Amino acid sequence: MEYLIGIQGQDFVLVAADNIAANSIIQMKQDQDKMFKLSDKILLLCVGEAGDTVQFAEYIQKNIQLYKMRNGYELSPKAAANFTRKNLADYLRSRTPYHVNLLLAGFDETDGPGLYYMDHLSALAKAPFAAHGYGAYLTLSILDRYYRPDLTRDEAVDLLKKCIEELNKRFILNLPSFSVRLIDKEGIHDLEKLMPVGAK
Amino acid sequence: MSYDRAITVFSPDGHLFQVDYAQEAVKKGSTAVGVRGKNVVVLGVEKKIVAKLQEDRTVRKICSLDDNVFMAFAGLTADARIIVNRARVECQSHRLTVEDPATVEYITRYISSIKQRYTQSNGRRPFGISSLIVGFDFDGTPHLYQTDPSGTYHAWKANAIGRSAKTVREFLEKNYKEDMESDTDTIKLAIRALLEVVQSGGKNIELAIMKRDESMKMLAQEEIEEYVTAIETEKQKKT
Repeated sequence: MEYLIGIQGQDFVLVAADNIAANSIIQMKQDQDKMFKLSDKILLLCVGEAGDTVQFAEYIQKNIQLYKMRNGYELSPKAAANFTRKNLADYLRSRTPYHVNLLLAGFDETDGPGLYYMDHLSALAKAPFAAHGYGAYLTLSILDRYYRPDLTRDEAVDLLKKCIEELNKRFILNLPSFSVRLIDKEGIHDLEKLMPVGAK
Repeated sequence: MSYDRAITVFSPDGHLFQVDYAQEAVKKGSTAVGVRGKNVVVLGVEKKIVAKLQEDRTVRKICSLDDNVFMAFAGLTADARIIVNRARVECQSHRLTVEDPATVEYITRYISSIKQRYTQSNGRRPFGISSLIVGFDFDGTPHLYQTDPSGTYHAWKANAIGRSAKTVREFLEKNYKEDMESDTDTIKLAIRALLEVVQSGGKNIELAIMKRDESMKMLAQEEIEEYVTAIETEKQKKT
């Protein structure tokens, strides 16, 4: 039901998530923010089991901050992704696994932009673009067709719009709005919410 | 004399000797001074003289606990590391459970209760440090607290701990002005207080400041020297 998407450009990462918080067949909240700020240049997008998502994401968030306090500098996106994966993997074979699907997006001074795909079985993969949810089945092919590594910011937003239009057209559920954010060397920027209008 | 062996035993005149001795250890540590201004809080420490071959930067006596709180200590550095680490974890734990940053008083209370626990446990000794904890609460109020090995804590407008703490405190009592609006005045007061007891001036001072809604900033050596020169010129003008 929930949808996450990330697109990496030359010097930025664009991420978007839907804004619905649902309980069975009811939309409880239409402005839920599924992105968690781990540090000044790292975002964690988190969907999955209700409760597990916020619990796990906030736990990771505070541990990343603790690292910053202890060591005087922040974890890189790659280190943060691996730390998250390790935590998820440890909990997986315990009595209390977290059922969450994640995208971690960040910008590193030396390595540049990075997008990491993680699923509830604690698989971790660095990818140029990625998506979670049923919507991924509909949009990954669009990304395959139109993605280029040298996308500009505007082109990436257009590609994102294409994906969301496709969801609006073919996905059975109505996802009326999406939060969009962009990470580059200056940090995290909030972009305009995308709200697809009536299918053609 | 046998009353100073076990920490958990009172002496006939009501002393916990181990705690008293811990306070002696604190008096041997290098001086730290803290000043609470209206819009800025300042912590200054006397830099220990390092050996010729030792790298200067590895001796850090001012530690950031969270984005809104930081502290300095006097006494056993190794003991301080433990306290600082526990406090850092507690700051994040507080944020996780309550979604709000911990107040300066909360974290001071937490540190003090750890210290007190160690004065009442068998087989452990008290922490040999006093600490000065400064910061801003999320409502913008500045605070300065002092803790000592016994586990008590008090709020102060300005205070000093460690070697020559008495001299520095007397200087602060004479020169502290209520409602110091200017940040520069607050910083200068801390530096002047330290200069009273530190040999060879600005080179042996480490200073950290925090303005409301900003994170802790360690002043660079050149900035400290600028303040020191300004203070010297003011002194000369007066005499």
